[in-house]
Amino acid sequence: MGLLNFLKKKRRQPAISNEDRGILVFENTSEVIQAENLLAREDRSIRVMGPPPEIRTGCDLVIEFPLIEALEIIRTLESKNVYPLKAVPVTGALLEPVDIFFTRDYGRFLMVQAANMKLTVEKASSTVVNVSGGGCPDVPYLASEMVGKTLDAAPAPRSIGHTLCGYALQLAYEEMKRKCSQ
Amino acid sequence: MFAVVGTVPDKDFPLVCEPAALSDGKLIVGDCQIPINRGTPALLASALQAGEYFGAPPPTACLVGDIGTGAGSRKLYAYLEQTLSRLEFSSLTFHYIQPDVDWHKRLLSAIDQMPNRPRLIADAGFMYAAKMSGQAGVYEIFTPDIGELAFLADPDAPHPFYTRGFIFHEPERVPDLIAQAYASGNAARCLLVKGKTDVAANASGVIKTISEPVVPAMEAIGGTGDIITGLVAAFTAMAYDSLSACIYASKIARMAGAIAKPNPGSQVTDIIHKIPLALRQFF
Repeated sequence: MGLLNFLKKKRRQPAISNEDRGILVFENTSEVIQAENLLAREDRSIRVMGPPPEIRTGCDLVIEFPLIEALEIIRTLESKNVYPLKAVPVTGALLEPVDIFFTRDYGRFLMVQAANMKLTVEKASSTVVNVSGGGCPDVPYLASEMVGKTLDAAPAPRSIGHTLCGYALQLAYEEMKRKCSQ
Repeated sequence: MFAVVGTVPDKDFPLVCEPAALSDGKLIVGDCQIPINRGTPALLASALQAGEYFGAPPPTACLVGDIGTGAGSRKLYAYLEQTLSRLEFSSLTFHYIQPDVDWHKRLLSAIDQMPNRPRLIADAGFMYAAKMSGQAGVYEIFTPDIGELAFLADPDAPHPFYTRGFIFHEPERVPDLIAQAYASGNAARCLLVKGKTDVAANASGVIKTISEPVVPAMEAIGGTGDIITGLVAAFTAMAYDSLSACIYASKIARMAGAIAKPNPGSQVTDIIHKIPLALRQFF
């Protein structure tokens, strides 16, 4: 059904700016169709299309989506056991997420930065004391939900965030948990 | 009169567009009382502190609840598209709004219909949208941190999460990144790059660096960048030129931080409360 929709709508796609769009890559076409159906049911702004040449790795269909919503969209798919191989920007399918961590030890406090997001905890209690950086509207929300709670009690950014900034904070959160468990 | 456009991290917060005030440590907009923890409320609180010190009129706050789904942001985009042509502001500061290139373009069209074109300032998500849309040049001021500067300098990066060459804490690269951002048309007329050393720049390159006083804990405190952008907005509304507004904002934020003597666990409100004292010492 999803694939049929794609074929029917192929000539009627509205003009969409691609600067802020991403591509979800899947193992096979069946997963593309499942994903399209799941996301269309949520009225997401998506479309099925052919992959750019640089990521043509087998499945000949990908799903284009609003890149900023990556975290929320992947959570939706994974909740239904549909797992994209990767999510990449349309503007540069070979761009990789920033994956370098920076750590600053303030003595009583430890800060971990992943991409544009920083997470700071009080070491003795493992309490999240600050979330900083980022520019997406879930950053203040994530901060309000996490600050004042221990790492174990605070919600994982992956579970309540929605955007790429939330995704970056998840990486910082995982790295912080790893460091605090050492 | 200037306006600040942004979000509140509460999905049920209504769309409001009214003059803002401070009362009992809360931001007041219309009938709404908003905690000043971080984000756009922290930006507005900082701008209000500066405005009150100088007896300047308060900003109009155009706010909506959004926890990152973008639903609130889209309501705000639509509201502004419908109303901006009837409004008059000396400047518009855009902040934590879901980046959306199509809505960004529509909003710029609406701004073109305003009776007098305001100076445009962008930070956070809206700066991302401005860069991605290829229309950064219509903005007067961007206030990126170093990571966001690397994003502006990378013509292909759609978000700071996907920025090539993003190396942490290499301030010596800032002049090159500024030059690249201007060369690729992804910078506003003036940049204030926030970091251990703040850098005010324009298309000619670095104009001024501000590195004193040093308050290392501020890097960890959420909302310190919002203080700077709020002060930039306030000084711009007082008719300071853009570079001066950026330089004064950087200096006052640092001084307020030094007065507050924060640790990495302090909250941004601890610093915002010290802005009047910093202004008194500086001016």
